[in-house]
Amino acid sequence: MTENVLTYMTFFPLAGMAAVLLLPSKSHNLIRWVAALFTVPPLLFAVWLYRNFDPANPGLQFVEKIPWIPAYNIDYFIGVDGVSISMVLLTALLCFLCIFASWGIEKGVKGYFALFLLLDTGMMGVFVALDFFLFYIFWELMLLPMYFLIGVWGGPRREYAAIKFFLYTLFGSVLMLLAILALYFSSEPHTFDMTKLIAQSGKYGTEPLTIWPFDQWRWGFQHIVWMALFIGFAIKIPAFPFHTWLPDAHVEAPTAISVILAGVLLKMGTYGILRVNFPMLPQATADLAYYFLGALGAWNIIYGALCAMAQKDLKKLVAYSSVSHMGYVMLGMATFTPQGISGAVLQMFNHGTITGMLFLLVGVIYDRAHHRDIDGFGGLAAVMPVYTGVTALAFFASMGLPGLSGFISEVLVLLGAWQKYPILSILGASGVVLTAGYFLWTIQRVYLGPTNEKYKTLPEINGRELFTLIPLGIIVIILGVYPHAILDLLRSSLDQINQIVIPHLS
Amino acid sequence: MDHPIQTDYLRWIVLLPLLGAAANGLLGATLQKKIGKWAISLFACAPVLISFLLSLKALLDLLALKPEERFLIDRLYPWLSLGSLHVDVAFWIDPLSTVMILVVTGIGGLIHVYSTGYMHEDKSYWRYFAFLNLFTFAMLLLVTGDNLLLMFVGWEGVGLCSYALIGFWYHDHVNTRAGNKAFIVNRVGDFGFVLGIFLIFWSLDQQGHGTVVFREIEKFASLMKGQEIWGVGVVTLATLFLFIGATGKSAQIPLHVWLPDAMQGPTPVSALIHAATMVTAGVYMVSRLHFLYSAAPETLMVVAVVGMATALFSATIALAQNDIKRVLAYSTVSQLGYMFLAAGVAAYGAAIFHLMTHAFFKACLFLGSGSVIHAMGGEQDMRKMGGLRHAMPYTFWTFAIAVLAIAGTPLTAGFFSKDEILWQAFSSPHSSPLLWVLGVTGAGLTAFYMFRQFFLVFFGECRADSHTRAHLHESPKAMVMPLVLLAIGSIAAGWIGLPSIFGGSRFAEWLEPVFGAHHEAHGPAALEEILMVVSVGVAALGFYLAYLMYYKSRLAPERFSSLAGGLLYRLFYNKYYIDEIYQFFFVGGTLLLARIGAWIDRYIIDFIVDGSAKTTAFISWFNGLFDNHVVDWLVNKIADTTFEAGDKFRKVQTGNINGYLYVILGAVLLAMIVKLRYWS
Repeated sequence: MTENVLTYMTFFPLAGMAAVLLLPSKSHNLIRWVAALFTVPPLLFAVWLYRNFDPANPGLQFVEKIPWIPAYNIDYFIGVDGVSISMVLLTALLCFLCIFASWGIEKGVKGYFALFLLLDTGMMGVFVALDFFLFYIFWELMLLPMYFLIGVWGGPRREYAAIKFFLYTLFGSVLMLLAILALYFSSEPHTFDMTKLIAQSGKYGTEPLTIWPFDQWRWGFQHIVWMALFIGFAIKIPAFPFHTWLPDAHVEAPTAISVILAGVLLKMGTYGILRVNFPMLPQATADLAYYFLGALGAWNIIYGALCAMAQKDLKKLVAYSSVSHMGYVMLGMATFTPQGISGAVLQMFNHGTITGMLFLLVGVIYDRAHHRDIDGFGGLAAVMPVYTGVTALAFFASMGLPGLSGFISEVLVLLGAWQKYPILSILGASGVVLTAGYFLWTIQRVYLGPTNEKYKTLPEINGRELFTLIPLGIIVIILGVYPHAILDLLRSSLDQINQIVIPHLS
Repeated sequence: MDHPIQTDYLRWIVLLPLLGAAANGLLGATLQKKIGKWAISLFACAPVLISFLLSLKALLDLLALKPEERFLIDRLYPWLSLGSLHVDVAFWIDPLSTVMILVVTGIGGLIHVYSTGYMHEDKSYWRYFAFLNLFTFAMLLLVTGDNLLLMFVGWEGVGLCSYALIGFWYHDHVNTRAGNKAFIVNRVGDFGFVLGIFLIFWSLDQQGHGTVVFREIEKFASLMKGQEIWGVGVVTLATLFLFIGATGKSAQIPLHVWLPDAMQGPTPVSALIHAATMVTAGVYMVSRLHFLYSAAPETLMVVAVVGMATALFSATIALAQNDIKRVLAYSTVSQLGYMFLAAGVAAYGAAIFHLMTHAFFKACLFLGSGSVIHAMGGEQDMRKMGGLRHAMPYTFWTFAIAVLAIAGTPLTAGFFSKDEILWQAFSSPHSSPLLWVLGVTGAGLTAFYMFRQFFLVFFGECRADSHTRAHLHESPKAMVMPLVLLAIGSIAAGWIGLPSIFGGSRFAEWLEPVFGAHHEAHGPAALEEILMVVSVGVAALGFYLAYLMYYKSRLAPERFSSLAGGLLYRLFYNKYYIDEIYQFFFVGGTLLLARIGAWIDRYIIDFIVDGSAKTTAFISWFNGLFDNHVVDWLVNKIADTTFEAGDKFRKVQTGNINGYLYVILGAVLLAMIVKLRYWS
C-alpha cells in the first residue's frame, strides 16, 4: 500500500470520474457527494505523505518506476521531492474544498464533476511525474477538462475565454513538446527520464549557434531549449506579456474553477521552471535568469498591481492580483539564494491558499448579487459582518500583512533579491504599496460606507461557504506564525537545485 | 551581555492583550448580546492590567540587576531559519523597552478604562475593544521584539489597528478615506523600513554575520563601516531607509499627512494610538538603533533637520485650525518633531524622555477634548464652544495642567523634557545654535496655540446653541479618573528626569546602559540656566499673546491673520496645500499609470492575441478556398488526366510480346547510356 501511495493518490479522482459517470445524471446530490468522497482519499494520502516525508533527504521519495513503452525508453516514473510535495498538498486540499464550492452548479452536473475529477488527476500527475513523456501527457490531460469547464459552465463570454485559454496554452505546449524532443534526442541513450536528463545537464551545448538570428545573441542550443520551455511555462504563470488569457478565463470560469486555475494551474508554470529549466539547463538558467525571471518578475509585480487598480470587476481585480503575486515567485527563483528560492516556493503555496480564498469570496457575493461590479456595492460590512471579516483576512494576507502567510514569502523573496539585484528588490517592494492601494480601495468601495439599499437583505455567508474558507484561513494564519511547517519540506530539495545552478553563475 | 537571563513571563506581557483581542474579536458579538457589555470590558481591560503588572515586575527584576546586565529575554521558537538568516520569536527587554512597555500598558490601560465610558453607547462596542487590544499587542510586540523582523510585525500590526480604528465608524466615507490614507502613507514608510532591514542583513552577511537581531547588529555594527553601495555608505543608506519608515509611522515631513486625518477615529483612539504610543514608534526605532544612527552623521543631520522642520511647520498649521482635535493632532506632529530633533543630535535619552512625558500630557489633552466633545454632543468646532469650565470642572482642571505641561511651564513634565531637548540641540556635538533658536521659536508657537485652544474652549461666553448648552455635563467616573491620573503624570513624570543643574537625571541614568554615558555638562551650567530662562520667556510671550487675543479680546486675531494679504493665514489654514499636491501628483499619477496598464492589456496585447487568432482564422478560411478551388481542382485535374492518359495508354497494351520487348530493350539502353554518361 505505502509503496504505491502516489499512484493511488493520482488516480483516485480518475476512478471517481468513472464512478460519477455510472451514476444517473438526474440525481445531482448523489453525484456531488460521490465526487466529494473521491477527493477525500487524495487529501488523506497527501497529509500522510507530508507526515512521512523525510525533509532531510534532498532526493526523490516514494518513487515508483515501471517500464511503459520500452521501445522509446518511456517509463511510468513518479516520485516527489520537497517542492512537489508542497504542491501536491495544495492541489489535494483545493480540489477537496472546490467540490463544495461547486455545490451550486445545476447545469450538466454529471459532466461537470466528471471533468473536475479528471482535472484533479491531471494536476496531481503533473506534480508527481518524473518522466518527461508522462509529464507532458498529464500536462495536456489537464488542459482538456479545463477548456470544457470554462467553455461550458462559464459566464457570458465563456467561449471567447475558453478559446483564448486553449490557444495560449496550446501554443506553449507545442514549444514545450519541441523542447522535450530536443532534450530526448540529445541525450544518450535517448531518454525521457528527468533524473537522467538532469544528470547529463553538462552535455547540452552552450557554444553559440550561428543560425540566424541567434548568431548575435551568443545563444547556444541550451539557451534555445530553455527559452522554448520558458515560454511554455511562462504562459501558465502567467508572465507578461503572456498573461491576458488569465483575466478573461477567471472572469468567465465558475468560482471553483477559478480557484483551481489560480491556486494550482498557475503554479505549474513556476514549478516547471524549477523542476525542468533549473536543473536540466543550468548554464542557460544562470545566463537568462536575470532578465527572464528577475526583471520580468519585478515587472509582473508592478504591472499586475497597476492593472488590478484599474479594474471595475472584482474578479478581474483578483485575477490581476495573481499576475502581480506570481511575480514574486519569479523574482525569488532568480536569486539562487536560500531565502529567495524558498520564499518563491512558499509564495506558490501561499498564493494558492490566499487567492483560493479571494476567488471563493468573490463567488459568495456573486451568488447573491449576481454581479461583481466594485462600484455597485457599498456598506456590505453592516449586512454581512462575518463575510466581511473573512474577506478582510484574505485581503490583508494578500497585501502581505506581517503575521499572515503572504508576508513571510514576500519578505523572503525580497530579502533574497536584495542580495543579488537590489534594484529589483526595491521595485518589488514598491509593489507592496500598490497592493495595499488597490485592496484598501476595494474594501472601501464594496464593504464600507453607507449601505446600498439594494443589498440591505443579502443573506450572510452560509455554513457550506464557510467550510470552504475556514481551512484556508487557518493555514494562512499558521504559516504566518510558523512558516517552517512548509519551509522545512523545501529546504534540502531547493538547496540541491541551487547547487546545480550556482557553479554556472558568472 | 552574551548570556542574557532567560525568563518565561515576558511573553505574557505581549500575548495577553492578543488573547483579549481574540476573545472579543471572535466571541464579542455574542458576548455583547447574551451577557452584556461588562463582559467585553472585562476581557479588554483585564489583560492590559495584568500586562501592566507584569511590566512592573520586569522593571523590578531589572532594577535588581547591575546596570550593565539589565536585560531579560524570553525565547519562544525559531520563526525563520534559512541559510544565514536566523530569526526567533523572542521578546526581550532592556531599560529602553521597559520605559515603552510601561507607557503602553500604563497609559494604554487608562485609555481602555476611559473607553468603557466613552464608547458605552456604541453598538460595535466589542469590535472597538477587539482592535484596541490587538493594537496593544502589536505595540508591545514592536517594542519587545528582539529583532528587526519581529519589530516590523508589530510595526505593521499597529498600522492595521490604526486603520481599523480610524475607520471605525465605517458608514461614513470621510472616515474610511482617512483610514485608507493612514495605511497607505504608512505603507510607503514601511517600504523604506524593509529595505533598511534587507540592507543591514545583506551588509552583515557579506562579513559572515548576517543577522537582524538587535544585540547582534550592535555587536557587529563596526563591520558595516566602510562598506558602500551605489557610492553611499551602507550605514548611512540603511539608517536613511529606516528613517523613511519612521517618518511614516511618526508623521514627519514628508509623510505627515495622514495623522491629522486620523482624528476621524474615536477620541480615545486618537489619544492612545495617534498621540501617546504608536506615533512614537519611529522615535523608539531610531533610539533602539542608536548605534547605527550615531555611526552615520549624515543621517543624523537629516533626522534633526526633518524633526525641526516638522516641529515648526506643523506648529504654524496648528495656529490656524478651529477643530479641537486637529489642533491637538498638529501639536502631536510638532512634538514628535522635537523628539526627532533630539534623536538627530544624538540625544536619544532626551528623545525618549520627551516621548514619555508627552505620552502623559498629550493623552490627557486628547481625553480631555474627548470629554468636551462628549459633553457637546459630538461638536468639535472650537468656535462653538467656550465657557465650559463651569460645567466640567474636572475636565477643565486636568486640561489646564496638561496645557501648562505642553507649553513648557516650569516644574511640569513638559518643561523638563523640552528643556532637555533644547539644551541638547544647543550643546550636543551634533547640534547647532540655529536648531536651538528654531526650537525655542516652536516652543513659543506651541504655547500660543495651546492657550488659544484653552481659552476658546473653557473661557468666555458659551457659543453653543441652547440645546447643547442645556445638556452640558461632566463626564462619567470611568472617564474622569483616567484624566486625573494622567494630569498627575503630566507633572510628576518630569521629576524623574531633572536637568543636570537640578541634581541630575534618574531617567538618563536608567537609560545609560542602552545609550552609553550621558553627555554630562558639555556646557557651563550658567549658560544652561540662561537658555532655560530665554525659552521660558518665549513660551510666556506665546501665552501672553493668546491671553490678549482670546481671553481679554484686546487684540483682534485678524490683525495677524490678515498679515501679508492673508496669504500666510491661508497657507496655514490649508496646511500648505500639501494634501492637494499629493493628491494630484501621487494619487493621480498612480491612477493614470494604472489606466495605462489596463489600456495596454486591452488594446495592445489583446489586439495582438486576437489579431493573430483572426489572422489564423483568415488563413484557414483562405486555405479552405485554396483547398476547394485550387487543390481540389488540381486533384480533379490530375485524376482526369490520369484517367485520360490511362485511356490513351490502354492502346499501348497490344498483347504483342515483341512490342513489349522492344520497349524494355529501349528503356534499358537508355538507362545504360544515361548511367555511363553521367554517373561514371
